[in-house]
Amino acid sequence: MPASPAPTWWTPAVRMGVSIAVAVGVYGVSFGALAVAAGLSVGQAVVLSMLMFTGGSQFAFIGVISGGGTLAAATTAASLLGIRNAVYGVQLNALLRPRAALKPVMAQLTIDESTATALSQPDRAESRRGFWTAGVGVWVMWNLFTLLGALLGSQIGDPAAFGLDGAAVAAFLGLLWPRLKGRDAGAIAVASAFVTLVAVPFVPAGIPIIIAAAVSGALAVAQHRRKP
Amino acid sequence: MTQMWVWVLGACAIAYLTKLSGFLVPDSLLERPWVTTVSAGMTVGLLTSLVTVNTLVTGTAVVLDARIAALAAAAVALWLRAPYIVVVLVGALAAAAVRFAGF
Repeated sequence: MPASPAPTWWTPAVRMGVSIAVAVGVYGVSFGALAVAAGLSVGQAVVLSMLMFTGGSQFAFIGVISGGGTLAAATTAASLLGIRNAVYGVQLNALLRPRAALKPVMAQLTIDESTATALSQPDRAESRRGFWTAGVGVWVMWNLFTLLGALLGSQIGDPAAFGLDGAAVAAFLGLLWPRLKGRDAGAIAVASAFVTLVAVPFVPAGIPIIIAAAVSGALAVAQHRRKP
Repeated sequence: MTQMWVWVLGACAIAYLTKLSGFLVPDSLLERPWVTTVSAGMTVGLLTSLVTVNTLVTGTAVVLDARIAALAAAAVALWLRAPYIVVVLVGALAAAAVRFAGF
């Protein structure tokens, strides 16, 4: 029997999106368990994953509460961490050029993983497939595992013990890799990593990424001007 | 309990409006040539920053741990042109192995 060809929708961008959804979505189990431990109900934990849907902000929200902080402080921390999503929105809007009707849905799915998957594709069609696969994929996985973690609570161990934090590192490096072509891109990458590490101890989590993005944008303009 | 719900939903609303604000930048602005230049630079910068944060940062501290092994192993896999899913698995295995070894 001849081997049947892979279906046309099963493109590299879709495979990347599925891989990253599995690698990252499983972390929802940590969030669910920690949210319940911090005093939220199972329903509140799941609503945060469905509606806030930006992992860093969610962990910040429950982290402040479990540390004895006020709900206002928790909301402030979560909101500060979410600012980078506005930068992602600008990038995605410029790259994917969606219809106006799609923007409200795309905004909800705008997170580190869906943005990174879209940005690392060779053309717009693949970028769109990557965005939707990673966005919907992470959303489904993240919510399923949040529910699981909230129901089972602290009986579940830390996903880091299984190397899942390593999977996230590899997933993001795999998205950056194809972009590291040429001296200009290399210079921006080095500067971005440096700025991120210098900023980390001094500003709230999530802000170093914004500073690195600003520096990278400025550097790109400088590189552009240098050329005739 | 009710108070918690109010803050949970309020924080969710802020998060969503933050995301949406990026999509509301007018198209006429996006078509300027310098926006393309800045956008291309920011793409590399954002992805690099995400790699850096995921590898070396815990909360607001720089922490060196098993994730560095994951980064190195993934880099080797990418250099050898391994498929994306293999790169992700190699990263997970490297971190788990280094942690199992007691580092």
